[in-house]
Amino acid sequence: MQKILRESGHLVRLALVLAAGFLIFMAVRAAIVPKSFGQYGHYRGAVLEEIRAKPISFAGRATCEVCHDEVAKTKSEGKHAGLGCEACHGPSAAHTEDPTTNHAFKPNPATLCVRCHEADRARPKTFPQVTSKDHANGMSCGDCHKPHSPKI
Amino acid sequence: MPGVDGFMYPNEVELQWSILIVLYPYLTGLVAGAFILASLARVFNVKEVQPTYRIALLTALAFLLVAPLPLQLHLGHPERSIEMYLTPHKTSAMAMFGFVYLWYLLIVLLMEIWLDYRKDIVILSRTKTGFMRLVYRILTLGSQNISEESRRVDDRVGLIVTIIGIPSAFLLHGYVGFIFGSVKANPWWSTPLMPVVFLFSAMVSGIATVLLVYQVVNKLRGQPVHMFCLDAIAKYLFYVFVIDFSLEMLDLVHRIYESDESFRSLDFMVHTKLYFSQIILQIMLGTLVPLVLLGANQVMKFGESTRRKMYTVAGILTMIGIFAMRWNVVIGGQLFSKSFLGYTTYKVEFATREGLLPAIALLLLPLGILWVLLKLLPPGEEEQTA
Amino acid sequence: MEQDMNRRELLKDTGKFVILSGAARVAFKTMQGETVPEPEKDKYKAAEHWWGMTIDIDKCIGCGNCVKACAAENGVPDGYFRTWVERYYVSDDHPEKPEVDSPNGGMNGFPVMDRPDAKSFFVPKLCNHCADSPCVQACPVGATFESPDGVVLVDQKYCVGCRYCIQACPYGCRYLDPRKNVVDKCTLCYHRITKGLTTACVEVCPTASRQLADFKNPNDPVHKFMRENHVEVLKPHLATGAKTYYKDLDGSVR
Repeated sequence: MQKILRESGHLVRLALVLAAGFLIFMAVRAAIVPKSFGQYGHYRGAVLEEIRAKPISFAGRATCEVCHDEVAKTKSEGKHAGLGCEACHGPSAAHTEDPTTNHAFKPNPATLCVRCHEADRARPKTFPQVTSKDHANGMSCGDCHKPHSPKI
Repeated sequence: MPGVDGFMYPNEVELQWSILIVLYPYLTGLVAGAFILASLARVFNVKEVQPTYRIALLTALAFLLVAPLPLQLHLGHPERSIEMYLTPHKTSAMAMFGFVYLWYLLIVLLMEIWLDYRKDIVILSRTKTGFMRLVYRILTLGSQNISEESRRVDDRVGLIVTIIGIPSAFLLHGYVGFIFGSVKANPWWSTPLMPVVFLFSAMVSGIATVLLVYQVVNKLRGQPVHMFCLDAIAKYLFYVFVIDFSLEMLDLVHRIYESDESFRSLDFMVHTKLYFSQIILQIMLGTLVPLVLLGANQVMKFGESTRRKMYTVAGILTMIGIFAMRWNVVIGGQLFSKSFLGYTTYKVEFATREGLLPAIALLLLPLGILWVLLKLLPPGEEEQTA
Repeated sequence: MEQDMNRRELLKDTGKFVILSGAARVAFKTMQGETVPEPEKDKYKAAEHWWGMTIDIDKCIGCGNCVKACAAENGVPDGYFRTWVERYYVSDDHPEKPEVDSPNGGMNGFPVMDRPDAKSFFVPKLCNHCADSPCVQACPVGATFESPDGVVLVDQKYCVGCRYCIQACPYGCRYLDPRKNVVDKCTLCYHRITKGLTTACVEVCPTASRQLADFKNPNDPVHKFMRENHVEVLKPHLATGAKTYYKDLDGSVR
């Protein structure tokens, strides 16, 4: 038995090399793994705040209505009551932050309205739809309908 | 949309796993197969394949060293790959691969080679001069003990390592199959047969590799290529291939008979986009022809040079067939939409990071490494190994 | 005076003035002639929420507003989609073989369909924020995860870009962002919903077909929605715990 141990010196060396490798790995692991990893689960906890910190582009209708309350009132009495302002006016967070330099987008009714109201079989039957070339006779939608309260 | 037939979810149009990911199971498979052939010689004492023992081990090592490179090259952020070791996600089939790989490389393959070659390394560290002397001295880990008794210890430990190695080789490649087989979103991949099919096809391709490498290497080294050895390897190749083919056919028959929601879509794909690579390359040329060539040798007696040619042709076709099988799994699994309503196209690029050029380079690299390994650790003369 | 009251009420009620910042807020404060108390730094508590989404198929008109808004809000690269809209056309004879189109994800609407009458409808798609998500299961490094409030997110500083999660998602909701070489997907506008806003897609949906849902909020209309409608998730047989619920989803949808 003693003899076998004496003759296994090279295996002990091999074991030491592997052990050293393992220890280096554990040290590197302890040094590199982000501190917040595992805070909530198997991921970097700090990422939640990083993702939350992203700036927004759409301000939300409540913010628009703070200033544009008259439009909001008109709209709330008409068929488009449910629409968010930015559904047509586009992302307006920049505008709410600095209304004087950043102007909100003013859409063109000629192209805007058909996006929703051009007849398509896939659209719900109850939803108002027109075939624009028959319906408008070359006129722009805005000539008759006011987008904030479209009923003529 | 160009290259799209029918409907794909819009994000599906682009293929995610390229030809590099085809290489990964291919290379890994060769490792597992070559190692299992080597262990035939060692554990089961199959005398006929003894001459290939060291060549098979070095071949396995050469391919194993290259196996993770296509993965690395494919990553969006290769510099972050260390995270797989730092924070492996327990539920991920892919995360464990890093550890299975490391286990197999360090504990199985390098250990077995070191134990087997230790005497040669010590002698070389005494006879060589200059830089190579230093290399060999480092490889001895500072122990010059090559007494009879120490070699007996090496032999015992080596045998244990090999015995651990066989299930490890099974694990290594069965595991690669599981990475695909466990994706429930993809009916082309998701089958419990996948790891088993991968394992047997790995053995087939690995044995075929050794069959070819043994001939080429010994020709180049001016060593004899024994016919009894080729006959034995070819015999094992045939038997394993029969099992592999049966399993693949079982999978096919099962799919056809069950005809689940994905069947129409997959069936159409096999008859169109995958027709050449699956029916022609994989099944006809890559499986049936080699099986006939190898099978004929089990029942008939051909002349020596005819046999040699038959084995070589069978070996090459097998290698092509298994590559086609990996292609059909990896690429085929991404050609159809998970809506089962359409198909996309994979265009292999050439000189890009995931193109054909790096793929070819990665296929040749193991041969280069093998050449270096053969220089560094010569398998030795016939008298020594026998 | 009446108007001023309204404005103040509005602010108190919605609690959304967090986002009223910079010049606008200063201007507004001056206008009000009073000091608005600074909001608490962070009163969002993840444990009090469990997010999901509901979609009413019968209300979707396929305008593509949601797709456009999502791209604008989140900087989605061209040709990739965090949300998209599919148009189904299901013939009476072959309901198992629907015809589907989604040109540019429906971002610019749909071309008029000139075909014989048959069942047809729109299906908006987005990440289902699965509770037993196959993508989270597959991620080898912990770069994609389910947040404590039930949103499946990607840590883009940690993602290695192996794309296993893209393969694992049965719904095709993930893609590799070619600019950053990391995986990207719908975050359910996590940066918005944790500030008391709704998602960009819901904000601009003209028919309220989409609704953000907080299952832990007892006052959320989602409870009524779930109780009173026929609700289904996509590919229920895959048992992913999807939390995007569709009302009156047709059996042909996949």
